[in-house]
Amino acid sequence: MTMQIVHSGPVTSSDETVRAREALARDNLRTEPKAVRIAIITIAIAFLTIFVVLPLVVVFAHAFSKGIAAYFAALAEPEALAAIRLTLLVAAISVGLNLVFGLVAAWAIAKFDFPGKTFLITLIDLPFSVSPVISGLVFVLLFGAQGYFGGWLRDHDIQILFAVPGIALATTFVTFPFVARALIPLMQEQGTQEEEAAISLGASGLQTFFRVTLPNIKWGVLYGVLLCNARAMGEFGAVSVVSGHIRGETNTMPLLVEILYNEYQFVAAFAIASLLAMLALITLIAKTVLERHLDEGQDASDH
Amino acid sequence: MGLTLSWLSVIILIPLAGLFLKSLELSPEQFWNILSSRRTLNALRVSFGLAFAAACVNLVMGSIIVWALVRYRFPGRRLFDAIVDVPFALPTAVAGVALTALFAEKGWLGAPLAALGIKVAFTPVGIFVAMIFIGIPFVVRTVQPVLQDLDPEIEEAAGSLGASRWQTIIRVILPSLAPALLTGLALAFARAVGEYGSVIFIAGNLPNVSEIAPLLIVIRLSEFRYADATAIAVVMLVVSFVIIFAVNRLQRWAQSRIPAR
Repeated sequence: MTMQIVHSGPVTSSDETVRAREALARDNLRTEPKAVRIAIITIAIAFLTIFVVLPLVVVFAHAFSKGIAAYFAALAEPEALAAIRLTLLVAAISVGLNLVFGLVAAWAIAKFDFPGKTFLITLIDLPFSVSPVISGLVFVLLFGAQGYFGGWLRDHDIQILFAVPGIALATTFVTFPFVARALIPLMQEQGTQEEEAAISLGASGLQTFFRVTLPNIKWGVLYGVLLCNARAMGEFGAVSVVSGHIRGETNTMPLLVEILYNEYQFVAAFAIASLLAMLALITLIAKTVLERHLDEGQDASDH
Repeated sequence: MGLTLSWLSVIILIPLAGLFLKSLELSPEQFWNILSSRRTLNALRVSFGLAFAAACVNLVMGSIIVWALVRYRFPGRRLFDAIVDVPFALPTAVAGVALTALFAEKGWLGAPLAALGIKVAFTPVGIFVAMIFIGIPFVVRTVQPVLQDLDPEIEEAAGSLGASRWQTIIRVILPSLAPALLTGLALAFARAVGEYGSVIFIAGNLPNVSEIAPLLIVIRLSEFRYADATAIAVVMLVVSFVIIFAVNRLQRWAQSRIPAR
């Protein structure tokens, strides 16, 4: 805007020029020369396109490379259907478990003070930064044939490793932090006043939780569940270690992608991969919508 | 409260304790022999070295991306802002096969690179590329909110007191972003060190050359050499624990600086 004033025709009053120059100078204090701006934007776009957009496009390009019929034929394979079913089942179990835990953990951390809180938060974060392979390994050490509970499990004929319970456990471990992490800052910010008011007005603990706490954090809960679900359905490393790769039985969708890819069945591999990619895209869109709700919620509580 | 702790111990503490107990079954000498074997050392070197290099690239490129997203207006800005999260959301196996297809010798990017004599897929460069992919959102998402909240008046003050734009960025903006930048670097590094799914497809997995530590753990497990797998895992676990603990401390330090401003 100020640029236009400066360059628009002959300047009549010197006063105006001075003011325009000052405004321009103020703007210049917080921005860079045009060439630098364009260079930075170009680098950012080029980097994101090469490293993020292209891999995403490649998945769909390969999935449909032999036509739509081949794509759907690959998805209709019994093996593919079994993998989809197992993935949905495992996601349902681990999201359910972590929803309950996340609520309780966030409640404890946000509303109470106790020694060792930083340690507890670090523990909750741990599955985020531990290698997924290690997450799988710990369950092999516990429940494997030579593991700590391996003998007992064998005596009682309970199969955990290389079966659905092991996959569900490993997935729950890996997706453990999502719900709690989404809720802790939210609940900390809201404090305990509303709950204290409810209790002093005669509400029971459970009533307070369901009528006061839960409505306040509902978008946060959805946000955590969304991210937890995306990771649960897409988990590869941890599940790969505990699954045993029994075809049609313990292969989740990401594991099937690996198997088909290694067998050079590229259309089939990328067809399954495209489903997972779509899940990721839908998750991202839903996340953007939820973030808007969360921001609004915060603004409302600020006023 | 009690429920939290017991659930936490069931799902996290017991498995981790199992890992450490298992490693205690090894004598220090055995432990040392496993870790100092050539293949283990090379795998750890590949994982830690390339992860650090990738995290540094992410630090620089992430800062540029954050700057473009926060400070400038350009067509598609919101779209690119959303796209940054794709590596978070895309399952790692999908990222792995996609990056491999992209950078393989006949791939869209692999072919032109091959013409230049650069081989990416099935070499350590491929691992590096996958680690850059997986780490970029960590830097962007930790630095972005801090740059957004930065008070414009400090910059104006620095400028009107005669600092050049470059001086303002180095002396005023960069120090304010430092905790967030370090956090982003640490998170990207931690993620890249442990990354498995997106790396193994593109790595080539040649022992001593392009074999990452998590893969070596899987290989040792499949050979039933549990002690070897455990020893490598313990080293990696301790490193990631130190990193998150440091990050949590960094966050507290950053928070304690805000009221002072």
